[in-house]
Amino acid sequence: MMRAIRLPGAAPLMLALTLAVLGVLIVLPLGVVFQQALSKGLDAYLDPLKQPDALAAIRLTLTVAAISVPLNAVFGVMAAWAISKFEFKGKSLLITLIDLPFSMSPVVSGLVWVLLFGAQGWFGEWLIAHDVRIIFATTGLVLATVLVTLPFVARELIPLMQDQGADEEAAALTLGAGGFTTFWRITLPNIRWALLYGVLLCNARAMGEFGAVSVVSGSIRGLTTTLPLHIEVLYNDYDFVGAFAAASVLASLGLVTLVLKTLLEWRHAGELSAHRRN
Amino acid sequence: MAEYAIKPPTADLPTGLIRGWKRYSILPGFPLAMGWTLSWLGLIVLLPLSALIIRPWELGVGGVWATLVDPRVAAALRLSFGAAALAALVNAPLGLLVAWTLTRYEFPGRRTVDALVDLPFALPTAVAGIALTAIYSPNGPLGAMFAKIGIKTAYSPVGVFIALLFIGLPFVVRTVQPVLQDLDREVEEAAHTLGATDFQRFRYVVLPAVAPALLSGVSLAFARGVGEYGSVIFIAGNMPLKSEIAPLLIVIKLEQYDYAGAAAVGLAMLVISFGTLLAVNAAQVFLARRGRA
Amino acid sequence: MNFQPIDETSPDQLALEIKGVSKAYSRFPALNNVSLQARDKEFLALLGPSGSGKTTLLRVLAGLEKPDAGEVRFGGEDFLALPVRRRRVGMVFQHYALFRHMTVAQNIAFGLTVRPASERPAKSEIDDRVAKLLALVQLDALGGRFPSQLSGGQRQRVALARALAIEPRMLLLDEPFGALDAQVRRELRRWLRELHDQAGVTTVFVTHDQEEALDLADRVAILKDGELVQIGTPNEVYDNPATPFVFDFLGPSCRIPGVVDSGQLRVADWESAAAPGAPTGAVELFFRPDEVAFAPADGLGLPMHVQGFAQRGPDVRIDCRIGDQAFELQCRGDDLPPGVSVGSEARVRPMRPQVYAA
Repeated sequence: MMRAIRLPGAAPLMLALTLAVLGVLIVLPLGVVFQQALSKGLDAYLDPLKQPDALAAIRLTLTVAAISVPLNAVFGVMAAWAISKFEFKGKSLLITLIDLPFSMSPVVSGLVWVLLFGAQGWFGEWLIAHDVRIIFATTGLVLATVLVTLPFVARELIPLMQDQGADEEAAALTLGAGGFTTFWRITLPNIRWALLYGVLLCNARAMGEFGAVSVVSGSIRGLTTTLPLHIEVLYNDYDFVGAFAAASVLASLGLVTLVLKTLLEWRHAGELSAHRRN
Repeated sequence: MAEYAIKPPTADLPTGLIRGWKRYSILPGFPLAMGWTLSWLGLIVLLPLSALIIRPWELGVGGVWATLVDPRVAAALRLSFGAAALAALVNAPLGLLVAWTLTRYEFPGRRTVDALVDLPFALPTAVAGIALTAIYSPNGPLGAMFAKIGIKTAYSPVGVFIALLFIGLPFVVRTVQPVLQDLDREVEEAAHTLGATDFQRFRYVVLPAVAPALLSGVSLAFARGVGEYGSVIFIAGNMPLKSEIAPLLIVIKLEQYDYAGAAAVGLAMLVISFGTLLAVNAAQVFLARRGRA
Repeated sequence: MNFQPIDETSPDQLALEIKGVSKAYSRFPALNNVSLQARDKEFLALLGPSGSGKTTLLRVLAGLEKPDAGEVRFGGEDFLALPVRRRRVGMVFQHYALFRHMTVAQNIAFGLTVRPASERPAKSEIDDRVAKLLALVQLDALGGRFPSQLSGGQRQRVALARALAIEPRMLLLDEPFGALDAQVRRELRRWLRELHDQAGVTTVFVTHDQEEALDLADRVAILKDGELVQIGTPNEVYDNPATPFVFDFLGPSCRIPGVVDSGQLRVADWESAAAPGAPTGAVELFFRPDEVAFAPADGLGLPMHVQGFAQRGPDVRIDCRIGDQAFELQCRGDDLPPGVSVGSEARVRPMRPQVYAA
């Protein structure tokens, strides 16, 4: 469908420039991660990953993601259902609000929780009096992560479900299906790939988030350091191989996400929202 | 696939016919879905945000002002916004180039290259941060090259700029690409038959058509750049007054338990970002209207 | 076809009663006090231009819209009190609304499989029913396909089979042929009528195509701006359009101003007896361009100046002027009186004119 444009000489030049830009700017950093991680050999690479701190960081990262991602997936489906299947006033304001976390600095997304629950936060005294920890604890990490990743699933589902309209659901109801059956058997199958796509992106961000969690974590080694924070700790200790080894784990996660995401775009283009179709 | 078009059910019914605040629908679940959505937004976005909006004023208006014009804070805000703006502007031609190549030329591996564009989205920022630092530090492969010609890349504002270039590129590519894809080839061909040169076709036909998308891509890259933390913090060097970014100052103020000061900086960032986005939106509406006329 | 008028005295035959239904959107009324009835097993067309409220009315019947006022009864039962899923209406949506992730067979079976366990037929019975419906809509071999693999006409038939699967008390069709091309449309039209006669379900369908409505329906209800303008058998509405709008909407029309005075209709220099009950004073005369008789210049009728002919087969189109108005009339070549040629004067007499107050 693509017809090469008639630009004698220009095409190879443009292609070379593009590859140079992408190579230097984007691919090179990825390569450096693995090169640095393996620079002292395989044992030096694997060793830091076996340390208790590293394992604890991996476990914490998985825990935080395992809590945040489902929460935002449910939110995304709820929000998309309300926004795409019903007409009500203030809809665009609602969409803007859902998008808001995208335009907030991650550090601010962490800061706001400290303002609420930190020692001098609005609820700080009460929390201390009742011996509840949010900041410098897993709860704080989850809250920060949930805020940062809030829009991901909703943003994938809203345009797709708006595209699909409510005709199929209406048809199901006229055929005698109840509300839950209609959602389960009509809506959900229609959005499953987009939902997966959103969850994938949400998860990648949840596991890789750095700024927001670094503000609420207090970086207590082995307790509140997620994998990205663990990288920082090692890096600041001048343990570069360790830092890059940990980074290589996250980079692999990023690559897997990228591959899965691309596969979804190729295989299920029609079932993702229009702007995801290649 | 494309031919199996789905039209919204109310397509031929008048829209904007909401009486009360919600239009009647037979679909169930609105109270649950809406209630859930609003509660979650309230809890996760609005409540925390209200703290950000209210807490700076504990310092009084004068105190907030003093915080923001403090040389260290002012320098950090200038660097964050300046570097983000510069990186976004440089990303405009770079992103356009990449998008153009990906949509207009067929070459082996095109789809893989296309997928790689999203790498900065997928790579955790801390990973990007230490990788970029390794590349651009004085003994890194590119850092050494630049050092030879007397440019200090890592641990300087240049490093901040490079990190934001990395972060921002996919925003520009991904907003421009679909527009280039959908661009009516006949219009270009018409320009061709009318004797326009390649450059003229680009300048008078292609560029005006992609301008709104380009602008929105640039503004997205800018907004992301202003708040970026993880990929910048390692390469910046974080020298007060020189290479300290605004988000880092928030962290520092928090470490000093200066909650109000941290909130003041955070609020200032949010307000300036939002102001910029609004201005860009207005410009975009203007461009789009002109493009349609 | 069956042109029997409804016998209003035997209410047991009435299936559907719509009384004073109104529905307003914020800017304009979509339905304004619409009342009509349909007899059991009747095939009723809702005909009107876009924005006439016909689709809204159909959606009210299906339960997809809630009217602001009025009553809808079906078989004597208050239909508005029933939620959509309990009405058991078979609705065929304009764009079919097939479940895109289900096969054709799964689509058809859906209405049966979602029944509560106590009312759900056994699996084998469902399969059986699906097979029968597939045969009925002549798609026997396509049960395993997905909607995206079907042509428009095939999708339409799947939608119909799906609606019929729940043994609906009433069948509702929204522009059933709207998305199809002319050839397929004509074939499906005949087929649908046969299907209706066979299934014996009260059917209401919405269309903006007057030919379709007149050809297919037992009775036609014509709507305009949310109001019911006229209802009757195709012959009734075609022969006696209640308003100029109906006349215009049902086919090509010519209009020309005139005067009715003491029982005489005068148009240009032609006078004739006005039909009984015609309005007096300034009127407009409506007639179909192919329901005319010609006469020589000294005969009876409206004076016309012939400007051109176009012949296609046995049909002739005559471009002419009557007074200062241009008309295109139709007739068979053999009906033209001798001597009528380009530039000549002649007379034309509308055969079945309608007179409306101007």
